[in-house]
Amino acid sequence: MSKKLIVIGAGMATGRALEHIFDAGADYDVTLFNAEPRGNYNRIMLSPVLSGDKSYEEIVTHDAAWYDANSVTCRFGERIAQIDRAAKTVTAENGDVLPYDKLMFGTGSNPFMIPLPGHDLEGVIAYRDLEDTERMMDLGPDNKVVVIGGGLLGLEAAAGMALRGVDVTVVHIMGHLMERQLDEAAGYLLRKALVDKGITVKCSANSKEILGENGHVKALLLDDGTELPCDLLVMAVGIRPNVKLAADSGLAVGKGIHVDDQMLTSDPDILAVGECVEHDGAIFGLVAPLYDQAKVAALTLQGEEAKFVQKEISTKLKVTGCDLFSAGDFADGEGREDIVFRDPARGVYRRLVIENDVVIGAVMYGDTADSNWFFGLIKDKTDIAEMRDTLIFGPAYQGGTPMDPLAAVAALPRDAEICGCNGICKGQIEDAIAEGATDLGAVRAVTKASGSCGTCTGLVEQVLAVTLGDDFVIPAAASICGCTDMTHEDVRRMIKSRTLTSMQAVFQECGWKTSCGCHVCRPALNFYLLADWPIEYQDDPQSRFINERKHANIQKDGTFSVVPRMWGGITTPDELRAIADAADKYMVPTVKVTGGQRIDLLGVKGEDLPAIWKDLNDAGMVSGYAYSKGLRTVKTCVGTDHCRFGTQDSTGLGIKLEKTLHGSWTPHKLKLGVSGCPRNCAEATCKDIGVICVDSGYQVSIGGAAGMDVKETELLIQVPTEDETILVIKAITQLYRENAKYLDRIYKWLGKVGMDWVKEQIDDLDNRQALVDRFELSQSVYRHDPWAKHIEDKAETYQPLANLPLEAAE
Amino acid sequence: MSDWIDIAPLDAVAQRGARMIKTAHGCIAVFRTADDEVFALDNACPHKQGPLAEGIVHGKAVTCPLHNWVISLETGMVQGADEGQVATYPARVDDGRILLDRAFLTDRRLAAE
Ligand code: SRM
Ligand SMILES: Cc1cc2nc3c(=O)[nH]c(=O)nc-3n(C[C@H](O)[C@H](O)[C@H](O)COP(=O)(O)OP(=O)(O)OC[C@H]3O[C@@H](n4cnc5c(N)ncnc54)[C@H](O)[C@@H]3O)c2cc1C
Ligand code: SF4
Ligand code: FES
Repeated sequence: MSKKLIVIGAGMATGRALEHIFDAGADYDVTLFNAEPRGNYNRIMLSPVLSGDKSYEEIVTHDAAWYDANSVTCRFGERIAQIDRAAKTVTAENGDVLPYDKLMFGTGSNPFMIPLPGHDLEGVIAYRDLEDTERMMDLGPDNKVVVIGGGLLGLEAAAGMALRGVDVTVVHIMGHLMERQLDEAAGYLLRKALVDKGITVKCSANSKEILGENGHVKALLLDDGTELPCDLLVMAVGIRPNVKLAADSGLAVGKGIHVDDQMLTSDPDILAVGECVEHDGAIFGLVAPLYDQAKVAALTLQGEEAKFVQKEISTKLKVTGCDLFSAGDFADGEGREDIVFRDPARGVYRRLVIENDVVIGAVMYGDTADSNWFFGLIKDKTDIAEMRDTLIFGPAYQGGTPMDPLAAVAALPRDAEICGCNGICKGQIEDAIAEGATDLGAVRAVTKASGSCGTCTGLVEQVLAVTLGDDFVIPAAASICGCTDMTHEDVRRMIKSRTLTSMQAVFQECGWKTSCGCHVCRPALNFYLLADWPIEYQDDPQSRFINERKHANIQKDGTFSVVPRMWGGITTPDELRAIADAADKYMVPTVKVTGGQRIDLLGVKGEDLPAIWKDLNDAGMVSGYAYSKGLRTVKTCVGTDHCRFGTQDSTGLGIKLEKTLHGSWTPHKLKLGVSGCPRNCAEATCKDIGVICVDSGYQVSIGGAAGMDVKETELLIQVPTEDETILVIKAITQLYRENAKYLDRIYKWLGKVGMDWVKEQIDDLDNRQALVDRFELSQSVYRHDPWAKHIEDKAETYQPLANLPLEAAE
Repeated sequence: MSDWIDIAPLDAVAQRGARMIKTAHGCIAVFRTADDEVFALDNACPHKQGPLAEGIVHGKAVTCPLHNWVISLETGMVQGADEGQVATYPARVDDGRILLDRAFLTDRRLAAE
């Protein structure tokens, strides 16, 4: 005769255990009790049910047919009230007494309810089961909800309700969200994402009392006196293993029901699995370990050897729309070191905690594609000493045999995010391909993947290649040039992460295929190196285009043009006389007023450059950098000095800006304009950075252009004072310099990173100041007049190396 | 037999750099590579006479400053899709001095006549 197995609780753990038992054909006659009026379902998926992505039917794991086929006697909606271990019977709530041979606990956890005054009011609920979920689903845009608890559950509840239009406020006692899984920085990013979804988040907020009216919740009162009105209050502050029944029946319990490695309780005929157990001092709150327990329990019941081993667990959180990963231990501590990587442009944060050359914890926000790899390092306790420098960038950056990128992409799970901007996963791209989108354009049209900032284009192509095999040939990746397979972005990351401070180091570490680069990569590298390491790196004139090497624009006949600065477009009769004299003396064929409010002397012979510069220097003029990927002109209008409409001193501000920015090298040329009023006579709104003066202050806008593309600037910020305007402009210049690809004007860069991100960087005052500081550091090296320097120590190089008259041939 | 003319100290030309020499029959560009090899070529790009001495030197090639044609320092051949050739002249380094074969002056005069 079959042995009788009674199971207490139809939860995720017991459901899995029963599957193993029946799959193995074990001879048990099972009776399954469940306090909830339903059978086993996937509790994790209550969140998609809440948000409306799934129906309850879709998350049922075992249906009537399954119980039937396995002859399970179902007693759903019935609680077990009592256990008589001596008699080996259980008593159901209705008084039925049933005998058992084996008993299995799977009673899960109880949500913890903070015993605040008012916690028993109608409308105060937890988030644990379908009933709770349905209460929340009944709400809509007219309702207000307060969620106490900024952990996984509370945030899922909040995000789900926010999607339904509910006005949600999350109240969290700690300083940052999900403090047990995330560190402060990741918690901050998460908070920002939730706030963007319209959720109000209050951290470091202490609840004092739940206020009611007619027995129903009305508001939450905080310590500081704030009253948050609500129609429903969800408490999601933690869970406690549900041990009451076990304790009452005399089993050994601590935090949970004590079990050994075989999942046996202190009574050898009674097992326990799931969140209700305590194994070796640990309790559990995620399903992965519960599944292992279920397997072990099933084997134990079949009389087979099995042993439950606790494994390192990771959390990949699914808080709607935010990519989070955390694993291991990431608390600060003695002897522990951090490696942190932030890519603000993509909203990516990564932190690894290292102890004795082993990764012991990881937190990732925004880009969790490599999380499996990092998790592997933690689990396997891999020695990372060798790859420490590039570790944080993930597997693709590790030395040795470079990882085949296609294999890496093939190995990605379907839910790995490929396109961060549009939140498109590998699976969605695969589906689109299966439905006939067989090239990049089609995938982009159907899924939007790679359609925004485009940085994932290569990845999308790799997914195409993996999915279509030989039918898809990846277009050559846009590497910088033939000297390398790396893109500008890759190389720049390497320069920063590996502290590459010389061009040789770049060639070496990035595996350049040529001995010393070429005319395409060297100017780009020279810029990246001097921008990232202004102090450490020595500018390399040989890696600059002739215009920048000789500080003059080369003409089609090999002569040069000379453009002295006219700060803010202002000149004097003396300067004009000096220019006229120089033009006469050096027989300059053309003197032209440029489009940048200054004067161009065109057609000067290379040998004459130091001499003409000297004359101009003597008259107080310096190089106008009319040739540079750097600050060009600051165009101004007359402003309050003369104009009847001027609101501020636009000319004066233009001069100050030009004086502070001059000499700075940027990814492409940088032109500014300052107009004294919105009539905009200085054409400020088609410059890289434009300032429009208004009565109340200064509107700083960026991203204009009037060259091959014509663009109007977009407003970055309005500030009240001239000083603040200058600070903002220094900061934005530095931000552009640190982040843009070489030869991208501001408007192109802006198209990639988005104005929102730029605004955040500048609005954050600490960050703004840090950018200004780095700008000034760089300017301490580069803000000078190259004419004077070249006259002093390079004049000779402007002359022919030798002058061999005819006679030398004889 | 070669007759070498001492032009200048090697250090007068930067590594990965070039300088121009004037002759009665036009200009020559003298290049110094990263490995301290020297080369001498006509200072005029086959495309539109761009001054090669102002180009960026990389490996044993120079990129013309006007429109980025790439020219081999060893052969004077234009690289890649473009076509053309620049005259090259014997050059060497001896005891830290750049030497050119006097023949280049004669050749150039002949070419010019
Ligand atoms: C001299 C000047 C024309 C003039 O006589 O007015 C000029 C001359 C040249 N411009 Fe310009 N640009 C001049 C004002 C402009 C302006 C107007 C302005 O600054 O307000 C523009 C449009 C505004 C803008 O930049 O958005 C302008 C848009 C360009 C572009 C297109 C840039 C783009 O991003 O689309 C180029 C090409 C490039 O930089 O790659 C260019 C490139 C050039 C170069 C440097 C071409 C070259 O590489 O040889 C020209 C050098 C001529 C020479 O032989 O010296 N120039 N150029 C102006 C110098 C201004 C100054 O004082 O520094
Ligand atoms: C909204 C939500 C989202 C979650 N998301 C995740 C996630 O993303 N990842 C993850 O790993 N985990 C997640 N979890 C946690 C996961 O659901 C639990 O770890 C898991 O369900 C625990 O399984 P269990 O079998 O131990 O208990 P449960 O699944 O809770 O089952 C216990 C059952 O026992 C019943 N019961 C209790 N006492 C008795 C009794 N005396 N008699 C009869 N029946 C009784 C209860 O009614 C209950 O149905 C989430 C949980 C929730 C609530
Ligand atoms: S528009 Fe500018 S780049 Fe074009 S020919 Fe005129 S000066 Fe030269
Ligand atoms: S003149 Fe040399 S590339 Fe045009």
